[in-house]
Amino acid sequence: MLASLDSANASQAPVTHFPAEHRALSIERFSLAYAGKPALRELSLDVPRHRVTAFIGPSGCGKSTLLRAINRLHDLNESVEHSGRIELEGQDIYAPRTNVTELRRRVGMVFQTPNPFPMSIYENVAFGLRLQHRLPKRQRDDIIEWALTSAALWDEVKDRLHRSAWQLSGGQQQRLVIARTLAVQPDVLLLDEPASALDPISTLKIEELIRNLKSQLTLILVTHNMQQAARVSDYTAFMHGGELVEYGTTDQVFTNPRLQRTENYITGRMT
Amino acid sequence: MRRQFTASSLRLLDRLWPWLCAASVALSLLMLTALLSLLLVRGLGHFWPATLEEVTLRSGEVVTGEAIRETSLPQEAGAERLYFTGNRDVSGANWRWLALDDIVQRTTPEALVRLERTPWGDFIGRLVGIDAEGEQLEGQPAWEYLTAALALPASQRPSGELVLATADGQILRQPLASISHATAPNAMTWWQKTSAWGQRVWQFLSEGPRAANTSGGVWPAIFGTLLMVILMSVIVTPFGVLAAIYLNEIAHQNRLTRLVRIGVRNLAGVPSIVYGVFGLGVFVYGIGGSLDSWFFSNTLPSPTFGTGGLLWASLTLALLTLPVVIVATEEGLARIPDAQREGAVALGATRLEMLMRIVLPMAVPAMLTGVILAVARAAGEVAPLMLVGVAKLAPQMPVDGEFPYLHLERKFMHLGYHLFDTAFHGEDVQAAMPLVYATALLLVLIVLVLNLTAIFLRHYFRRQRGNEC
Repeated sequence: MLASLDSANASQAPVTHFPAEHRALSIERFSLAYAGKPALRELSLDVPRHRVTAFIGPSGCGKSTLLRAINRLHDLNESVEHSGRIELEGQDIYAPRTNVTELRRRVGMVFQTPNPFPMSIYENVAFGLRLQHRLPKRQRDDIIEWALTSAALWDEVKDRLHRSAWQLSGGQQQRLVIARTLAVQPDVLLLDEPASALDPISTLKIEELIRNLKSQLTLILVTHNMQQAARVSDYTAFMHGGELVEYGTTDQVFTNPRLQRTENYITGRMT
Repeated sequence: MRRQFTASSLRLLDRLWPWLCAASVALSLLMLTALLSLLLVRGLGHFWPATLEEVTLRSGEVVTGEAIRETSLPQEAGAERLYFTGNRDVSGANWRWLALDDIVQRTTPEALVRLERTPWGDFIGRLVGIDAEGEQLEGQPAWEYLTAALALPASQRPSGELVLATADGQILRQPLASISHATAPNAMTWWQKTSAWGQRVWQFLSEGPRAANTSGGVWPAIFGTLLMVILMSVIVTPFGVLAAIYLNEIAHQNRLTRLVRIGVRNLAGVPSIVYGVFGLGVFVYGIGGSLDSWFFSNTLPSPTFGTGGLLWASLTLALLTLPVVIVATEEGLARIPDAQREGAVALGATRLEMLMRIVLPMAVPAMLTGVILAVARAAGEVAPLMLVGVAKLAPQMPVDGEFPYLHLERKFMHLGYHLFDTAFHGEDVQAAMPLVYATALLLVLIVLVLNLTAIFLRHYFRRQRGNEC
């Protein structure tokens, strides 16, 4: 059904909204300011379920800010104000009664630099599980194996699960962080330039992983790398100055952008 | 002004500055080495059984004693040598300066003995015989009887009397019970001297002081120092760590926080005697006085907690070292990348879970550093302790078999204060000087061991959680 949606959208010019049954996230007139300085202005877009959506745009355009807003990471910073709505599966995530820790379990996040915790590989993946409920060890082991397998890391680490995670290479660390996030079975996975600190081979592995993961969950990818966005994503949103400039299927945005600004950015004439 | 430097003088400076830096390092190292070797030689040398000399003077007088040092007299009037002669009960003094020109002969007869006595200090001379429980022994058998008797515990020693002769032929009778140690250093082999040295070092570490702290050991002071420092760490660690967590993790980072932080840093620089005055006023007189009037009114007017004691000393030093712990912990917390915190929060951890599972374990090495710095500082503080509970000679140890086993209200002995007291307040400062060096060495060693423990623990915790930190 989604495939038909994709082809339908390919012809239509502006796509910012999807029918309710296809959307994982719906962002409506969302604005955000750091200490009074606006970073996002009245942003509205829908993120389709089980697809990879890329946010692209020059540095400071607000794409990371938007990503962090979806996971409510800005809560840690007191000087952030926001307005508008973000709905996850129809529920307003900024509603007063929202359980923030549950939201963050459902919306996993992977950061630019790999940040494994200073503990063993096993404990890293078990971290999120241990926060929720006590599982029998057998069941926990199964989930950890499944998560590491999903993150394409199991074969590399299965013999050294109890070694320090900091001994892994950068690319392995990033896949470990993805496995750690997958272990709590999120609905949405936010990736904030997940490969920008990695070498080309590790980058390819991460990209392949992203493509494989979309059968399980919805992915949002922030990237500076145009080729990466083109290779990996199904939908692309181009942002500039805290505003959404253009949003459509990746094919359409990259081959036939509606706006001159988008084309300039994609072809490297504007940074 | 710059222009006036010629190119060549600049080039010279350029070549010289690394040497200047190296020279300052070398100078610091040299001073430290000098300090440590002085303490080592003077402190440990004291326990070596020194050779006893018998000196015949031009006047015909014979003097026995241990040669200490020589000084040349002003205006080329020759030189004098200082002897420790002991026998204060006979000659009235322990020390004697002899002009080198007056000395006719120096010998080291094997028969010379040195006895440590409880009143009057050391005796140096000859053992003539022993009257022991009806037996009359002389010469070598008497010496063997004496050493055998001294090897027994004090309670099982036979009663008896030694007959002693000084160098000038006076005969003394000395009860066996008053002797604590006897050596005949001139008759000892090198190996015997070494084992005697080891024994005396052990006695220094394990026995209580004698003769108003001018001889004997320092065990109560070691124990008091360690106990006080442990109590202090137990008090200061939770307070310091919690304060650092508040400042770094919870408080808004605004001008007030910065002000508090500057204040804390400056507290570390307040002279320690000021903390002593505070401790005396608030802990001893304020809190201690109130405790006494509430719970110990039956023993008033003699104070229980209303006078200096172990608890108040520990509290005062905890206050003194609090800034050290806060600053070190805070620096450790600040070094933890925000990515770690965000990573934990992004997985659904609450703030408390993030703190307990990620942040605090990573900050453990820094906390340890803070605590050990605090311990090292507290172990060496003397000034505030003089006001809040240290004693020249504590009649009871702060821990004993009597309920409640740990007596927080008791006064205690402390190595630093013991050092001060021995060096300046003894009857015979000259005789106590080697003990001062030995105590100083011990204090340095304790602080060194504490610091090494900290370094070891820090490395251990770092290795436990990955390779770099």
